[in-house]
Amino acid sequence: MQFMLLFSRQGKLRLQKWYVPLSDKEKKKITRELVQTVLARKPKMCSFLEWRDLKIVYKRYASLYFCCAIEDQDNELITLEIIHRYVELLDKYFGSVCELDIIFNFEKAYFILDEFLLGGEAQETSKKNVLKAIEQADLLQEVRYTPNHSHV
Amino acid sequence: MSPSVPLQEMIRAIRSARTQCEERGVIQRECAAIRAQFRQADNGGRSHNLAKLLYVHMLGYPAHFGQMECVRMIASPRYSEKRVGYLGAMMLLDEKQDASLLITNSIKNDLSNSNQYIQSLALCTLACMGSAEMCRDLAPEIDRLLRASNSYIKKKAALCAVHIVRKVHDLGELFTKAARSLLTEKNHGVVHGAVVLITELCERNSETLERFRKTVPDLVQIMKGLVISGYSPDHDVAGISDPFLQVRILRLLRILGRNNEAASDAMNDLLAQVATNTDSTKTVGNAVLYETVLTVLDIKSESGLRVLAVNILGRFLLNNDRNIRYIAMTSLQKIVGTDHNAVQRHRGTIVDCLKDQDASVKRRALDLSLALVSASNIRSMMKELLSFLSSCPPELRSQTASGIFNAAERYAPSQRWHIDTILHVLTTAGGDVRDETVPNLIQLITNTSELHCYTVHKLYRALLSDISQQPLVQVACWCIGEYGDLLLRGECQETEPVQVTEDDVLDVLETVLQSHMSSPSTRGFALTATMKLSTRITENVDRIRSIVSIYGSCIDVELQQRAVEYNALFKKYDHMRAAVLERMPVIEKNSQGHINGETIKESQTVKVKPGEPQQPPNQVCDLLDLLGGSEQPLQPSPALGSTAPPMPVSTANTVGGDLLDLLGGLEPTPITPVATVTVYEKDGVTVTLSCEKQSDSGLTVTLTASNSTESDIRGFTLQAAVPKSVQLHMKAPSGDSLPARGAAKVTQMVVLNNPNKVNLKMRLRISYTSQGSAVQDTVQIDSFPGLGQ
Repeated sequence: MQFMLLFSRQGKLRLQKWYVPLSDKEKKKITRELVQTVLARKPKMCSFLEWRDLKIVYKRYASLYFCCAIEDQDNELITLEIIHRYVELLDKYFGSVCELDIIFNFEKAYFILDEFLLGGEAQETSKKNVLKAIEQADLLQEVRYTPNHSHV
Repeated sequence: MSPSVPLQEMIRAIRSARTQCEERGVIQRECAAIRAQFRQADNGGRSHNLAKLLYVHMLGYPAHFGQMECVRMIASPRYSEKRVGYLGAMMLLDEKQDASLLITNSIKNDLSNSNQYIQSLALCTLACMGSAEMCRDLAPEIDRLLRASNSYIKKKAALCAVHIVRKVHDLGELFTKAARSLLTEKNHGVVHGAVVLITELCERNSETLERFRKTVPDLVQIMKGLVISGYSPDHDVAGISDPFLQVRILRLLRILGRNNEAASDAMNDLLAQVATNTDSTKTVGNAVLYETVLTVLDIKSESGLRVLAVNILGRFLLNNDRNIRYIAMTSLQKIVGTDHNAVQRHRGTIVDCLKDQDASVKRRALDLSLALVSASNIRSMMKELLSFLSSCPPELRSQTASGIFNAAERYAPSQRWHIDTILHVLTTAGGDVRDETVPNLIQLITNTSELHCYTVHKLYRALLSDISQQPLVQVACWCIGEYGDLLLRGECQETEPVQVTEDDVLDVLETVLQSHMSSPSTRGFALTATMKLSTRITENVDRIRSIVSIYGSCIDVELQQRAVEYNALFKKYDHMRAAVLERMPVIEKNSQGHINGETIKESQTVKVKPGEPQQPPNQVCDLLDLLGGSEQPLQPSPALGSTAPPMPVSTANTVGGDLLDLLGGLEPTPITPVATVTVYEKDGVTVTLSCEKQSDSGLTVTLTASNSTESDIRGFTLQAAVPKSVQLHMKAPSGDSLPARGAAKVTQMVVLNNPNKVNLKMRLRISYTSQGSAVQDTVQIDSFPGLGQ
């Protein structure tokens, strides 16, 4: 995967994960154009489109569009499954996730994504294991954070 | 994890801003506060501040002042700060930033941390934004982790290694051994990572590929385990056990089995099993089937398995889910060349997809449909394609038009059908056709002499209804110019004739000339056509004369030049007008420069021509009778401005050789006396011929004419025709008048190239005016002196 974008129906970006090195300007340009292209598509249309030299896989969940750019050799259908798995993870973590959860807790959305995908590829295929890892990491954060424990 | 209150407050504040301006104000204030906080000493809120900054960054505001803060946070001993620091690094630092190098050391330290979640942060960041240098530095660490750590870390290290290999190809060697051993692990995540790593290594290096072929049996085993095993709750997705891993293994098998019989055999059974047993009611099952099909079609699979794969694709085509149909067509496109018949079976469904609402599906269907056109289905396919053309999205029109032309070119069942089809396309999508369509169509029309009447009638009618489509107008003008007399005759076999007067026809051409919709080249066509009609009509020549003289002062330089030359043709060279404006002979289609990439068309035409008994080229000009095959078109004497419309009339324009011919011809002829022979002698006019070889196949012929009568001869021209495979280039004659009593001669050089060494013959036509009357004569030359023929 080259990048993943989450944006609302008004075109506001909620999450962007880039797995290829691009300048800020380029990222902005790509984001703008791609968001426009995807938002212009009608509801019943195909989830795949060719854009520049990339394959774009996108799916809409309630008010959010999940959009991935994959390479030629990647399997489009399994990418749809990856998107779905990520949504399931968010759902399990936040408990019936909605867009506001992702807005106000964007850093957690990133942490969850980073536990599921690494370098653009799926790292853990078991939903249970991903959630367990996040839980543990959160605990670690708690322990280190409470002000009473002023040591390290 | 407790939410970050300061962060959430800020987000609330930003969202409640009602205008862009207000939002900017809030953000500026917040950023100032954040910057101040960064400068302060360590306090408990550092991670909150950085998180705020990252939020602001996501909204699109500049955040580069946070880069150093990220570096500091990463080095912090607190996990919460590290976590946000690394997140910031992934968002704000990419390999192009200098600051990214500063975190290399931190990453190195964290990779050896005792806490696996800290190690995980480092691995994740390295895999996301690690530059080539960082990768080189840290590769040994990653290798170590691949061998000796728990599965949680191993799976991450494997994907990190993938990133490293993508950045620095040479480092692949380092990971090969570790990758191999990872395949034996039980943990799905680790195996998945290993498969991805091995795939990456094999794609980069063919030697590595050879070595990993030995793993095919192991991979087959793992797959079998997944497919046959019972329900495993951890990895189950809609009844499929770990589809992500299955897809990756299938992809690796594809790479390993490609071009290798043994490997392909080893996986045959497994692929058959997966193809038949996988449940295809949900997307996830179809994802696995899709990957299986791709693999089967790419390796050296046995025919039964291939048929199975194509059938799966056929089933996909009938699926209600548009995504699946799209996937099916993409895959069918890949195999339409090799398994053409198998794909043909699904032609009906594919053609139906042309009517789909979705543009991506339409595009795929178009590509496939064009690939499936054949001689047997051309008529029905063309109907579908033409109706598609009238309703297709604009971005596909040009491709559709060229596809239709190609198909028509290859499989046209009849000339008339071919012309009709092209005309249909021009009326529907005239603006989207390629430039060479016009000359190609003109050539096609010239070749079909029996349909000249029909064609000109159709085009005339089309022109009456619409003059906005430029290519159509251009062809129509050209035809009316050429075959206007057929139009005026008022009778036609194939279609309803029109009853027009000469004025009507001239009206139409004038409308085109004056219309603001006509492009400059179209007007050129129209003007030339008008001029040509001067020899084909009888009453209204004066009208033509006046049109032509008006355009003599036209602003457009091209039109002006043409008009002036035509004027001259009326005034000074009236005796030549008939000859100059004669019907065009068959045009050879062999100018490769104009046809980009349509090499199939080229080779088709080249294949058809040589050796076959030609349908006699229907020339009105009787000079070009059969000379053992179709001949080169007439060369009007180059002394006069050519009145041919812009077309690849190629006499010397064949591949390669003509430039050399020109150069060959420019060499000064040697002074040694050469044998001359008289080829024509009649009524006091004598033409002699001498020739000499310039090269193995090149020959220069010099024709000399003299006049021994009592009166001067004016307008003397020579025209020559040679057999088909011979290339001819006539140089400008020394003059065109022969004074009486042989006072001076006219010489003309002709350069010939005979690469196929056919029997060289030449037919010469001599025309001149003597004592007020025009004389024309023809002579055939069968032997050339000095050639030993």
